[in-house]
Amino acid sequence: MNVLRTTLSVCSMLALSTTSAISRDNVHAAGSSTVLPYATIVAEAFGENFDFPTPLIESGGSGAGRKKMCEGVGTNTTDIANSSSRIKQSDIDRCASNGVNEIMEVRIGYDGIVFASRLENKGFENLTPAMIYEAASDKSTKTNWKEIDPGLPDRPIMLFIPGTKHGTREVFEKKVMEAGCKAVGSYDYFKKQNGDNKKKASKECFKVRTDGRSVDIDGDYTETLARIAANPEGVGVFGLSFLLNNTDTIYAATISGIAPSTETIASGEYPVSRPLYFYVKNAHLGVVPGLQEYIEFFVSDDIAGPDGPLAEYGLVSDPELAKTQDMVAKRVPMGPLE
Amino acid sequence: MSLILRNRREKRFKAIGFSAIVFSLLCVISLFASVITAGAPSFKQTFLKFELDLPAEKLDKSGEKDITIMKKISTVGYKKILLQQLKLNLDKNGIDYSQLSKKELQNMISKEAPAQLRYAVLADPTLLDKTFSWETLANGRVDAYYKGRVTFESAQIDVMVSPKQLILADVMKDAGVLVVKFNPQFFTWPDASDLRPEAAGLGVAFLGSFYMMLIVFFLAVPISVCTSIFLEEFAPTNRITDFIEINISNLAAVPSIVFGILGLSLFINFGGLPQSAPIVGGLCLTLMTLPTVVIASRASIKAVPPSLRDAALALGASKTQAVFHHVLPSAAPGILTGTIIGLAQALGETAPLLLIGMVAFVREFPSLPPGGVMEPATALPVQIYNWTVRGDPAFVERASGAIIVLLTFMIAMNLLAIILRRRLEKRW
Repeated sequence: MNVLRTTLSVCSMLALSTTSAISRDNVHAAGSSTVLPYATIVAEAFGENFDFPTPLIESGGSGAGRKKMCEGVGTNTTDIANSSSRIKQSDIDRCASNGVNEIMEVRIGYDGIVFASRLENKGFENLTPAMIYEAASDKSTKTNWKEIDPGLPDRPIMLFIPGTKHGTREVFEKKVMEAGCKAVGSYDYFKKQNGDNKKKASKECFKVRTDGRSVDIDGDYTETLARIAANPEGVGVFGLSFLLNNTDTIYAATISGIAPSTETIASGEYPVSRPLYFYVKNAHLGVVPGLQEYIEFFVSDDIAGPDGPLAEYGLVSDPELAKTQDMVAKRVPMGPLE
Repeated sequence: MSLILRNRREKRFKAIGFSAIVFSLLCVISLFASVITAGAPSFKQTFLKFELDLPAEKLDKSGEKDITIMKKISTVGYKKILLQQLKLNLDKNGIDYSQLSKKELQNMISKEAPAQLRYAVLADPTLLDKTFSWETLANGRVDAYYKGRVTFESAQIDVMVSPKQLILADVMKDAGVLVVKFNPQFFTWPDASDLRPEAAGLGVAFLGSFYMMLIVFFLAVPISVCTSIFLEEFAPTNRITDFIEINISNLAAVPSIVFGILGLSLFINFGGLPQSAPIVGGLCLTLMTLPTVVIASRASIKAVPPSLRDAALALGASKTQAVFHHVLPSAAPGILTGTIIGLAQALGETAPLLLIGMVAFVREFPSLPPGGVMEPATALPVQIYNWTVRGDPAFVERASGAIIVLLTFMIAMNLLAIILRRRLEKRW
């Protein structure tokens, strides 16, 4: 009989708890796995120096994070979406239909994207987007880097690129594949073929080869690292911060002679980079304790500035940080996407 | 068939069976060997021993040990003081550090250290008045040097550590300022960010897993015992009970991620329970464990001989009395083993937790139950997953360490199940 009584009491306890919405005293963020390390660094420092509890940071991908944020207003939904790509109109529409009308867009800095090989197999100097395009495009029949350019090493082509679910893939397509496509003249050809349709031409440029010489990695950079450990002649796509943590095993190729570093990316010399964002639900500001303080702390000079811990981990500091700080302090919601 | 041919066939079969066992044993051994070699270093850690003489005028500007004023000094301030204290300690030991830049010297100390010192001072402001010995973590790369992951060759190309730092570390070790020893914090501290892998621990994950196991135990056992007693003892055998039986077996084969989806829509979106909380994880895992425990309980109830029930009924006991006084106690060992195996399975589950937000960076310890089950936490398998995707190789080592811990729990639980079965099981 005791058993029955316990079951009943547990059930009633559950029923009681489900009827009242649970208030929350910590900030809750979710989203991009690229932003995750930066967000955790800030959360940790925030928890140490403020009287608020350490914010909870979930990963799961940029899209999933934005979707979660747009589920509605209330302490049972997340406050912040970390995102390695800009918010989409579809997200804004979803937000609006769930009553989330004011969203603040906060750009935290820039992330570099590097092409790296095993340290013992370095030798990719002066790589250009055109060369990578020629190696990765589905129109390419070349099997050796030397066929593309005599300056490149005599090595079979083997590329490990981020899978389509990654925000990094978008940057790879835009800044490398499309740029390379334009440089070799294929873009104009595709445009002509598709009746001057720019979108279709770009799409044609984005197509990667499917003969096994370019492999989509759906996991994290650690998987890419493991793949080039198994295929030592391969070249993988990594984030700058991952490279900085692993300079004893991988070596980054220079793009047009420029080596990737926080300095060269900040100055714009190194071409392949992208902004990182987080999006804040304005309705939660002032409701969730510590939220306003957390986001102000995140973009403060001590944290996101060029000498802060984020830059130390590989984030390229935003030159317009002061503007962002001002916007965050005034809680200015973002306007419509241009 | 001739006798020789049949004998040969038997020998062949025996050989195949034996080699199958050898093969699977080899697989298990190589798995264990790789995990243990990769993870064993995580139980040791490099520490720095300091004699601290803190500048009271800097940390306590009012001079009255007013905590609210002292709190205004952030970890950045403590970081500077630690660097100065490190220099003092090195001077005292006659160690030359002039070759190192300020940044290199600062990076000998873990980035967790300023926070720890700040906590210590705020908790006990009298520390400012005296000289005291204090121990803190060394930087992760220095630690990796003593674990063999960093060498002088690799340090030359590694932007995170320089050979000069390693030389200084060796000198400090000889002077006794730097020690490598067992690291209890690996079990008690919460997760840490990518900048300080040396401070990451399993504390929150332990609590989260423990809370979930409590919930699974207190929900799955009563529900499945009731279900199995009803189905075995009271329910008539008809189409409905057949249907229920088929569905219980089906449920046992449902992929665990499905329970996560169910948990998200049912408990979080509909029920309004908090995200990332052990309560939701526990409920999802309960759903997942139920069929396992039901099947085990039913089997052990079925194994109780009918003569026992008949005897009880013949002596005038009611059906309920016969079940609760005689059948259930006899079936209890079987139910218990089933429960432990179900719990072990639930302990190692990650997939459903992914959907309900438990795959997260959580640094705050949840409070004691029952309130604590509503607060965010992670779980052991989740922590392993989290660490394997981090950039710094030190986290891979910690992930392997966590795997060892998880495996130890699994082995202990399964061993307990076997021992209990051996000890308590009745043979009829």
